[in-house]
Amino acid sequence: MNATPISDQMAPDFLLAVEGLTVSFDGFKAVDDLSFYVDENEIRVIIGPNGAGKTTVLDLICGRTRATAGSVRFKNTELTRLKEYEIVRAGVGRKFQNPSIYDDLTVFENLEISYPRGRGVVGALTFKRDAAVKERVQEVAETIFLADHLNQRAEYLSHGQKQWLEIGMLLIQDPELLMLDEPVAGMSVAERKKTAELLNRIIKDRSVIVIEHDMKFVEDIAHKVTVLHQGKILSEGTMAKVQSDPKVVEVYLGH
Amino acid sequence: MKPAIAPAFSLGLKDLIGVVILGLVLVVLLPLVLDPFRLNMVGKYLTYAFVAVGLVLCWGNAGILSLGQGVFFGLGGYCMAMYLKLEASTPEATKIQSTPGIPDFMDWNQLTELPFFWVPFKSLGLSLAAVVLVPAAFALIIAYALFKRRVGGVYFAIITQALAAIMTILIVGQQGYTGGINGITDLRTLHGWDIRTDSAKTLLYFVNAGLLIGVILLCQFVRRSKLGRILVAMRDKEDRVRFSGYDVASYKIFVFCFAAALAGVGGAMFTLQVGFMSPSFVGITPSIEMVIYTAVGGRLSLLGAVYGTLLVNWAKTSFSESFPELWLFGLGGLFIAVVLLFPNGLAGLYRAYVEPRLGSLFGRKGAEPKASPAPAE
Repeated sequence: MNATPISDQMAPDFLLAVEGLTVSFDGFKAVDDLSFYVDENEIRVIIGPNGAGKTTVLDLICGRTRATAGSVRFKNTELTRLKEYEIVRAGVGRKFQNPSIYDDLTVFENLEISYPRGRGVVGALTFKRDAAVKERVQEVAETIFLADHLNQRAEYLSHGQKQWLEIGMLLIQDPELLMLDEPVAGMSVAERKKTAELLNRIIKDRSVIVIEHDMKFVEDIAHKVTVLHQGKILSEGTMAKVQSDPKVVEVYLGH
Repeated sequence: MKPAIAPAFSLGLKDLIGVVILGLVLVVLLPLVLDPFRLNMVGKYLTYAFVAVGLVLCWGNAGILSLGQGVFFGLGGYCMAMYLKLEASTPEATKIQSTPGIPDFMDWNQLTELPFFWVPFKSLGLSLAAVVLVPAAFALIIAYALFKRRVGGVYFAIITQALAAIMTILIVGQQGYTGGINGITDLRTLHGWDIRTDSAKTLLYFVNAGLLIGVILLCQFVRRSKLGRILVAMRDKEDRVRFSGYDVASYKIFVFCFAAALAGVGGAMFTLQVGFMSPSFVGITPSIEMVIYTAVGGRLSLLGAVYGTLLVNWAKTSFSESFPELWLFGLGGLFIAVVLLFPNGLAGLYRAYVEPRLGSLFGRKGAEPKASPAPAE
């Protein structure tokens, strides 16, 4: 799996090409010479035991952590040299593991801030809440089941609603690559079901990388599964292939 | 369903009424009840309110605590003082000096010509521009260096405090260029208009009050723009803002420079009304006092910050007249009390206890006169 980087002329076929990605924290290689490729409109699920480096991989792609070596190319743009906000503007959206929303603002304002316009200081000062913004916020709010909560302070939403709100905040930017870190963690059964439904709707026309532990959920949505273990790829392929891989069973699924 | 306008916007009218009430207190009530001496003193307090209002945006909204606002207050004040000093140092007025035509303290320090950075302050226009631009430019350098490197929180506060100390030492040490520990004194006229008379001081009081109201309205505009909401969002979840496509550092730089420019205006008004500027308004103690004004008034409330400034300064004047040695303990105790007991300051108390009662009394919220907590006697 950790093959040498493929030649450049093949790269444009992929939306995201991660090659030889390595990051070490004080000598500890959290991600070790990792290579994988995500196609357009592909749903990729990353699974693996705790400490396998799953979240770190997302951090590396979105620029939150800087790679020690290797490359991350998105539509042929090298991301490892870009600033975080430039990566976002290039079309990569990232949802954090814990719902990361603005407690002191309303649901409407949370979504409005994420609306991709007026992102500079001057743009933000002169930003007008016009019909296009209101319509788009309304549309997204309906998608994430929060249309009736637009004027509520985000602080007072339930845990599941906060997760949906953050997904909505990404959705309003319409990213080409959406990265979700455990989107159903901590949710009730009913919320889980609704979230799966939501994800199935929003993953159309974009590529998605999901980190998830819930195997039922993974089976439902994954096109391809990557199993990480100690910063390296242990196995990769369809859910069926991965599940029958003895190495995977031993380190992860077995217990 | 059409999304209704979010609550942050509907505050508009209420804010406006608050500003009108503050305006009436400053422009009508205080001049009626105070003699010119006391009015001038309130005017001096109000110059600190420019700093406090800037801190509401910078600290309250954006979460950037600066313990060095005195630096910007001082820079604005010094820019004004340099202009006034040059005007007071005509060759005729200084003919007994060995080099007539330069400020007296330069002559005492054996300088024989005006230093180059004093030359622009011969012009009133350049000096007024410098009052805003010099503090803002200095803030830009600091903010750029620190925020681009993601220095924040308590580290930023400590660095700004160190800057206040450095600036004081610099001003005191460079006596020939700055007037040293005494500051720039013996200021007389502004473009030929004597600022030492009672009538001039009263007029300056009104100019100051008007400017302050204007600044508050400007801050309200900033707070109600999307930028204002981004500042709050950044304070709560900086990473989420960053990963929503914003360059977080540029917003911090903006708000820090904005607050610095406001502090500069306050400093210039201080120089005009008090008639001198010295390093004692630049250092750590005044900088921290300015933070306390904001904390007491309520760090999320622009109007609260003004009332807090007036209240603390009034208390300072009253108490330090009677018990000079106890005042600092009182101030420290007040700060601890605010942090522990009412973290949102006077504005928080007003919202929690006064506003609901006003609402039930008059059947509508906050539209009735707010008791001024600090009419300074």
